[in-house]
Amino acid sequence: MAEQKIKGYQTGTFVVGNRLLDPEQRSTQARTERSNTLTSGHRACQGCGEALGARYTLDAAMRASGGKLVAANATGCLEVFSTPYPESSWQLPWVHSLFGNAPAVAAGVAAALKAKGREDIRVVGQAGDGGTVDIGFGCLSGMFERNDDVLFVCYDNEGYMNTGVQRSGATPPAARTANTKPVGPEPGNVFGQGKNVPMIAMAHEIPYVATATVAEPRDLEQKVERAIGMRGARYIHVFVPCPLGWGAASEDTIRLARLVKETGIFPVFEAEHGELTAVSKIRRRVPVTEYLKLQRRFSHLFKPEPNTEVLERLQAGADRNIERFGLLADDEGADFPGEATDLARPPEKEQGPPPALVEPDTDSNTSMLLKETHGKPR
Amino acid sequence: MLEQLEGSQAVARAVAMCRPEVISAYPISPQTHIVEKLSDLVRTGELEPCEYMMVESEFAAMSACIGASAAGARAYTATASQGLLFMAEALYNASGLGLPIVMTLANRAIGAPINIWNDHSDSMSQRDSGWIQLFAETNQEAVDLHLQAFRLAEELSLPVMACMDGFILTHAFEQVDLPEQEQVDGFLPAFEPRQMLDPAEPMTIGAMVGPEAFTEVKYLMHAKQLQALDAIPEIAAEFTEVFGRESGGLVRSYRADDAETVVVALGSVLGTIEDVIDEMREQGVKIGALAIKCFRPWPIDEVREALSGADRVVVVEKAFAVGAGGIVGQNVRLALSGCDSTVFDVVAGLGGRPITRKSLRALFDDVVGGELEPGGLHFLDLKTDVVEREIGRNQNGRGLGPHAENILRDIGTVASDSH
Ligand SMILES: Cc1ncc(C[n+]2csc(CCOP(=O)(O)OP(=O)(O)O)c2C)c(N)n1
Ligand code: SF4
Ligand SMILES: [Mg+2]
Repeated sequence: MAEQKIKGYQTGTFVVGNRLLDPEQRSTQARTERSNTLTSGHRACQGCGEALGARYTLDAAMRASGGKLVAANATGCLEVFSTPYPESSWQLPWVHSLFGNAPAVAAGVAAALKAKGREDIRVVGQAGDGGTVDIGFGCLSGMFERNDDVLFVCYDNEGYMNTGVQRSGATPPAARTANTKPVGPEPGNVFGQGKNVPMIAMAHEIPYVATATVAEPRDLEQKVERAIGMRGARYIHVFVPCPLGWGAASEDTIRLARLVKETGIFPVFEAEHGELTAVSKIRRRVPVTEYLKLQRRFSHLFKPEPNTEVLERLQAGADRNIERFGLLADDEGADFPGEATDLARPPEKEQGPPPALVEPDTDSNTSMLLKETHGKPR
Repeated sequence: MLEQLEGSQAVARAVAMCRPEVISAYPISPQTHIVEKLSDLVRTGELEPCEYMMVESEFAAMSACIGASAAGARAYTATASQGLLFMAEALYNASGLGLPIVMTLANRAIGAPINIWNDHSDSMSQRDSGWIQLFAETNQEAVDLHLQAFRLAEELSLPVMACMDGFILTHAFEQVDLPEQEQVDGFLPAFEPRQMLDPAEPMTIGAMVGPEAFTEVKYLMHAKQLQALDAIPEIAAEFTEVFGRESGGLVRSYRADDAETVVVALGSVLGTIEDVIDEMREQGVKIGALAIKCFRPWPIDEVREALSGADRVVVVEKAFAVGAGGIVGQNVRLALSGCDSTVFDVVAGLGGRPITRKSLRALFDDVVGGELEPGGLHFLDLKTDVVEREIGRNQNGRGLGPHAENILRDIGTVASDSH
């Protein structure tokens, strides 16, 4: 039977416009029964990616758990901006204990619920990148290893934002932070070995690991729903731009989250029991400079003249991800301009993509829109 | 029923009778036998329903207890020494959040130098953490204090540390009267949390509090501890009614009514102290003792009342504030401010050094005979020759290596007489 291909993508990506979807597939955010788990009135900066990420995640988790959800939060921006005493933006049972113990607190909540025969109530632990990849890492790894029944979500804004933008183990190389200033012979953050916690989570062979960005709420929601539908330790790493810490425009939060994926800097994928099961494809490959130049934390790489050596190293890192995860689309699809549902700005002039590193696989076209955004990894 | 039991086994069984719903612990000597036994009881289903979490650190152990308690479960852990310090941040958090967690502390020294033996430097290091601290003198009392600890914690919604001397109690086999399960159930009702993470009634626990309310929140913590000064004797009295024996409370006097000299101490060393007192009493010396059963909250009125009639108060304590002096001593002085009693601070039993009757007798004789200087900090059985030689060596220059190494070289590594 002839298939009709629908090309309802947003410009430059494989994200499908919400309004083009079947009502069942539409975003939780577009629903009247949305729970507003992190409700208005909190004190996040304008354009805060973390606030957005938490809201998308928890609203989806609330929906998936039928409103039976408890959250354990680490110290950090999310905790501080949401609970200035005596106000709280949380509309779910929520506990904040310390900076480095959210995975253990969440595991304790889950153990209590199990002992009480209340496993219908689901548990989410959440933290920034600092609370996850650095100070909370021991507790996180322990929670993974025990396979505690917790979904842990890291909102990665690539630095310690709450304390004034210092470097974390998730800060990218060359980025300026308050303690990696663009001074000295190697300006910005060092090129370390990196600390890829999603892959470290995979090495624990836990039931579910996923990455996502706030540019693609439906993708994130779907992952949260899948995770809530599973038992055991699950981990979602959400990329959340921080306008304040990155020196980016508030209206560029979604754009940056989109570019980080389309450049290959941040691979978006899913894994089960240690095996990669799906990657989100890049539709039109973008050079890393497109992403970097929107952020003042990288401005020293362009002024007074471009630091080509460093830029090439950063590009090489993105290229490696593209190759490693098989991120390039098999089929770039037809252009469908317009219907850019959550792109804040009109699309810019197209730039020719850098040469593809991977030969396009021509015979694996899929007709389902959702499958196209979750193609098989190579 | 009377049984010949190791202290740790007895405590584990008493804890199990308190029906904790979540146990989260990390092994450290001399606490290990307690948590091993509890793990057995959970595995065999004797303790049920209960989730036993084998966490990756003490920090996680306390953090999981925080989560479990906030979710409305009766939560328990046990630790000692370095483990207590490793949970320090979470200890303050548990008390600040007002979570009724119960913890056994198998008292052990804190390094460096690393040392697994008994003293009280671990509990004293966390005396201001907002936890109630109860001290057991015997294994029977350790058992009994755990029952009372859960009652107290849940009645006031704050965490309680039941302290028992590492090895001296935890590893000692003694006759212990373990209560019947029905008695315990009658004494300790099911946990009804004051605050709870419940989707039916969502609440925020652990909000950020600024200068506008922080003082008040902290004051309320203090007020709750003062409430405990009333609750502890009440619960102890009720315990006596149900179980027919005396255990716990704030302080306990021993032959102190007409005593001119009163020895103050905590924990198992009181047994030895009382033997020496009996001996001296026989020889006509008016000497008695005061056992501190509850160090936090500090029972200032009870201590004052018990000691104000004494001419001399000798505080024998198994910890001290380096660079300052006695810790219990400072608290005793506070209780006695305005009284004429002379307070002597004596540090004893550090890192498991035995506190012998002979040494105590010599000490008390010195106190009674006016031989001991009241102002200074005294160290029972300090090997002054060793210390002086090391001080001498250090005057000669730098780069001489750690004290501990030098001293061990000096006295021979096998010269340990600590057990
Ligand atoms: C034990 C401890 N060390 C340091 C801090 C200070 N501190 C609070 S939040 C924070 C950084 C948070 O970074 P991250 O987890 O990435 O969250 P973000 O604020 O970036 O969202 C730091 C260093 C603390 N609260 N506790
Ligand atoms: S500093 Fe960054 S993470 Fe924190 S509230 Fe502002 S935008 Fe959000
Ligand atoms: Mg961060």
